[in-house]
Amino acid sequence: MDDAVAEHRPLRILIADDSDSDRLILKTLLKRLGHEVLDASNGLDAVSLFRQDAPDLVLLDALMPVMDGMEAARQIKSLAGERLVPLIFLTSLSEAGALARCLEAGGDDFLEKPYNRTIIEAKINAFNRMRLMHQALSDQRDLIRERNRQLTEEQEIAKRVFDNVAHSGCLDASNIRYHASPHSIFNGDVLFASPRPAGGMLIFMGDFTGHGLPAAIGAMPVAEIFYGMASKGFNGQDVLREINQKLRRILPTGMFCCGAMIEADFKRNQIQVWNGGLPDGWLIRSSGDRLALPSQHLPLGILVSDRFNAEFQRFGAGPGDCLMMMTDGFLEAADSSGNVFGEQGVADALAHPGNCEHPFDAMMSAVYRFTGGVKDGDDLTLCCLEMSNQAGFSALPDRAVPSSLAGPAEWRCSYEIREQTLGEFNPLPLLLHICMEVPGLRRRSGEIYTLLAELYNNALEHGVLELPSEWKRSPEGFGRYYLERKRRLGNVEGHYIRFTLHHSLKPGGGRLRVECEDSGQGFDVQCHPGATSGAHPEGRKRYAGRGLLLLKRLSESVSFHERGNHVEIVYDWHVSGAAANPGDVAR
Amino acid sequence: MSDKPHLDEEALAELQDVMEDEFDVLIQTYLADSRDRIRSLREALKANDSDAFIKTAHSFKGSCVNIGAPRLGELSLNAEMAGKESRLEEAQALLDAIDEEFRQVTQRLESLLVG
Repeated sequence: MDDAVAEHRPLRILIADDSDSDRLILKTLLKRLGHEVLDASNGLDAVSLFRQDAPDLVLLDALMPVMDGMEAARQIKSLAGERLVPLIFLTSLSEAGALARCLEAGGDDFLEKPYNRTIIEAKINAFNRMRLMHQALSDQRDLIRERNRQLTEEQEIAKRVFDNVAHSGCLDASNIRYHASPHSIFNGDVLFASPRPAGGMLIFMGDFTGHGLPAAIGAMPVAEIFYGMASKGFNGQDVLREINQKLRRILPTGMFCCGAMIEADFKRNQIQVWNGGLPDGWLIRSSGDRLALPSQHLPLGILVSDRFNAEFQRFGAGPGDCLMMMTDGFLEAADSSGNVFGEQGVADALAHPGNCEHPFDAMMSAVYRFTGGVKDGDDLTLCCLEMSNQAGFSALPDRAVPSSLAGPAEWRCSYEIREQTLGEFNPLPLLLHICMEVPGLRRRSGEIYTLLAELYNNALEHGVLELPSEWKRSPEGFGRYYLERKRRLGNVEGHYIRFTLHHSLKPGGGRLRVECEDSGQGFDVQCHPGATSGAHPEGRKRYAGRGLLLLKRLSESVSFHERGNHVEIVYDWHVSGAAANPGDVAR
Repeated sequence: MSDKPHLDEEALAELQDVMEDEFDVLIQTYLADSRDRIRSLREALKANDSDAFIKTAHSFKGSCVNIGAPRLGELSLNAEMAGKESRLEEAQALLDAIDEEFRQVTQRLESLLVG
């Protein structure tokens, strides 16, 4: 609206006075000033004219027959509602109490008799400016209200889309406790969890800079990468590298994502953590011992790929041990006087859990106590993963839609990785991918991945690197094991690991043969405690006993060739249901 | 009794300026209105209705000062005050003074009329 024009627009003015001569004077004065005038000789007529013609401004005599000015003022103000209609009393009253009653009834000002042309004009202009300002403010407020409604509606729609892509994965698993506001994605917080094909879990917590839709948009590619790669068997490092590279490419300068990745392996009793910019995570032992896991990296989306360090901290962690991560919102939770919960609040909550058995409950009740109740739409995100035997085998949701194309049935392939690539590249997702081309194997991805992973890790760590698995049994040895692993990976000249996969159909199913050869020294097959019944305690332990038992349980047969550095397993699959024929397989 | 003039020449000149052709109508309206009010004052006094007396005197005062009859306005104010302070015996005397002053004002205003 152009106020300069609007201010000089003629006004519609209602006047009410029982004195005919006074009314005539005022009406003529106002008309001469260019305004449109409605007039009444008592309060009742004034109210009905107001209702009918909605004037911009009202001039009322205080004392009138039928209905006096005070009562008329009250009714007019009530009819005007949110609209500001300046109401000026015409009066020759001089007693303070009477004037005050006029204002209480809703009057905004007075005009004294005898009328003064100049003052009348000045007052009308002043009140008109006020009226226009009020109108502008109301319009702005309505506009903001409307925009806000629109924004909320858009966020609701966006949230539905996000929920499909950035779903919470397996956050409902029995060993995960978490708190995240339903709209946390618009605070830039994300929390994803996915089971790994061979058991174990990946959890990603992220906190994007900013708020609202811009913060939420980054969540989409991260979710796609996370769930896509995790279900294909990629490890935490690979997923992190991909997320970092993607975010660096798509996010504008100054926007990034503080994040943490947790990779839990319940079979090996191992947990790995990467923290880039989130507050300290905590490893809380079942014994009550606590270990802080401070951020050791820059947030995601900042460094170029070759400077990005995706190295995880690795810890042995058994049943009952917990890993806890949180976003900034937790530390920034404030009480009514603006004090923040802070790192001290976290430390106190963990040190004095009170009656809470679970550290998650201790944290949540401490922050509730501190803030006096967490409000809706808070941006607290807290996640606690408990190491648990069952959790690893929670059913993997089979989201992949089976291909309608018939996959390959008779095939063979050989894949060898050599020398420094042994330390740099994880071939398992690729090998799994090849196997998953066979429709009949698709629903067995967990078992296939487990077999491939056992063979590969064994060939790499024990075959090529010759690391003794006993080391991992003590906390000191655990650290030494992984230090040594890293050191020896730098010196793998001439070494290789070769996989040969061979698939063929059989009546009612098919058979996958997997051979894994490595360039290591091998071991005395006869002496391995799990390989023969006549176990020899002093044999070189190529296989941790558990790993071999797992291979045996999952496959038809396990055999060792040559000097023990060539393992062959046979894995049979069958079409589920009765009277199947190979034709069904391809469907 | 009062040093205020019967008519405020300056105020009347301004009214003439504002009202232009309607000045005569205004004066006629005022005179008719005033006759009604003075009659109302008498009736209120007769009926001993002090509330009506006060209100009428108050309104009459307003229109007198607006038209530019300050002495009549002052008499009306005195009547209003007498009513408020329940000095109704004085009111009778004031009403007579108002009657007399209104005659003066009427004469003078009518002399201003074109017609």
